[in-house]
Amino acid sequence: MSRDDVKPAPAQAATAAAAGGAAAEATPATPSRWARSDLARVLRSGQVRAGLIMTIIMVIFAIVGPFLAPRNPNDASGGPGPYNPPTDGFPLGTDNIGNDVLSRLLAGGIHLAWMAPASAFTAVLLGAVVGVVAAYYGGVVDMLLMRLMDVLLAFPLVVFIILFVSMVGPKPWLLVVLVVIGMVPGVARVLRGAALPLKEREYVLWATAAGIPARRIMLREYLPNIWSPLMVELGMRLMWSIGALASISYLGYGIQAPDFDWGTMIEESRNGLQTQPWAVLVPVLVIVLFTIGSNIMAEGAARVVARTEKDR
Amino acid sequence: MTELTLAPVDAPGAEPGADARGKRLGPWARRLGSLVAQAVVTLLLVSALVFFATQALPGDVARLILGKTATPERLAVLREQLGLDRPVLVQYWDWLSGVLRGDFGESLANHEPVTSLIGERLVNSLSLALAAMVIIIPVSLLVGVVAATHRDSWFDKAFLGLSMVINALPDFIIGTLLIALFATNVTHLLPPVSIIPVGDTPWQHLTAMILPVATLATSGVFYLGRLVRASFIDVTNSEYVEMATLKGLSRRVITYRHALPNALAAAIPAASLVAAFTIGGVVVVEYVFNYPGIGMLLVESLGNQNLPVIQALVLIVAVSYFFFNRLADAFERR
Repeated sequence: MSRDDVKPAPAQAATAAAAGGAAAEATPATPSRWARSDLARVLRSGQVRAGLIMTIIMVIFAIVGPFLAPRNPNDASGGPGPYNPPTDGFPLGTDNIGNDVLSRLLAGGIHLAWMAPASAFTAVLLGAVVGVVAAYYGGVVDMLLMRLMDVLLAFPLVVFIILFVSMVGPKPWLLVVLVVIGMVPGVARVLRGAALPLKEREYVLWATAAGIPARRIMLREYLPNIWSPLMVELGMRLMWSIGALASISYLGYGIQAPDFDWGTMIEESRNGLQTQPWAVLVPVLVIVLFTIGSNIMAEGAARVVARTEKDR
Repeated sequence: MTELTLAPVDAPGAEPGADARGKRLGPWARRLGSLVAQAVVTLLLVSALVFFATQALPGDVARLILGKTATPERLAVLREQLGLDRPVLVQYWDWLSGVLRGDFGESLANHEPVTSLIGERLVNSLSLALAAMVIIIPVSLLVGVVAATHRDSWFDKAFLGLSMVINALPDFIIGTLLIALFATNVTHLLPPVSIIPVGDTPWQHLTAMILPVATLATSGVFYLGRLVRASFIDVTNSEYVEMATLKGLSRRVITYRHALPNALAAAIPAASLVAAFTIGGVVVVEYVFNYPGIGMLLVESLGNQNLPVIQALVLIVAVSYFFFNRLADAFERR
């Protein structure tokens, strides 16, 4: 990893200073167990905080939005007709059938706001369990689990999802389940890789020899040491689930009319890009802010991982 | 996406001394054999998953073809014709042995053989992916190496900042933004939809290819470029290059004779990974531009439940996606 990736950003240096001596890794004073933990280290990064705040703002926007919509987002009557540019009362114009774009924008994030985080959290949780169990037990368990993951890894995420959705029917819970199944293998591989070297650590060898139950070792000794790759995965998987869910809606296999989301808004009005670009560009903008927020978080966490690896 | 994706994922069974290839052909060949065996088993399971997801889940293909008003007698006749009354495992075996002979069955829509239906679409999609890769590989090598050798310069910072944004964009959004920029009011340079008449190759309609290729290339270059930059910096920081510096070799010699070849070798798995992503991306990008390839055909066939076509296309996509992912692993594990 590069040297500049390792150097703390100015913002990080400032937070570290503000947090006092405990935060500075070089200080010999004994910091608390929490301050030394990987999770605290990741959350102390200014970049991770910035990404996290940006993501949370987008989620709040999507949740509060439906209550703020000035018009009925699904009622074009009384409006100026389809693909109308911004006018009084319709600050972002209208879409392909004359609905108010602003109202649809405000009301159209709610699905993504719960589905994407739910998929990402569940996928990272299950992936971590599979990865750590495979690494801890090794042998046949490892082989069977990882070969099973290989089968699922053979499908591009979007193809995997639209295949099953078109067979079973487009239900939001099914979309979440499919995103999770599609992403677990990737998470499992990365976290298995992060957990493997822990096997040789003295405290793990000691705990095993002392007869401490496997579940306890995994929870108490493995988990605290894989927090940073876990956070990288969380950021990345959040970004990918937003992208995948929006793409699925765009392809017509996600949220179905008369319901809508930011992805379907882009699809519905794409033929009017020339006359009423706002109907397309505004949902593009909110999706992009959402994914960029999670990417900033992921990259920030990756920097912390690189720095930690260098220290060890 | 970050450099971390490429962080060595570990290697089950990889021998530490495996780089002594020449001397020990035996273990190396055995390793290759076990890789191939693993791949065959995985692909068998993949094909089973594809088949059962399509043939077993919806339950009644005959009703799909005949519609809801069909009489039970007609349904029974058609089921017998299609072989749907036989056990599902027998159906799977028939399908699989057909696939291995290159026979994917007939389209439910017009009874055309699936193979001939797919053929031309496949050429169109391959052209798209190939053109994208031909741009992605050299450009990301150039950009990645320049960013790495001029670390912290304005170029490097601009590249890092821009890649943080571009890597976060889903392909369909990149495509939509390119249409907005080059095919509407801003500039009218290129067509927003790719029209390629049946019987023509995409190379005869280059303007139709530019925007779809540019979409795939944009997302690929910023991803692979980041990986190249990271691996080049890794190599430059290695003891090996430090050694060359201590020996008093010039910076230019070190960069191009020592660091570059090593960084290139490290970038090969990344490039295979990008090839895999491009296969996934093709499906969505074709839909954005209405490009007549297998991705567009897949979306259409899923829409009208044309099972034999769906099975064939998903299998083709999965096998090639699997192949490039495996290639990335194989290089990584050495």
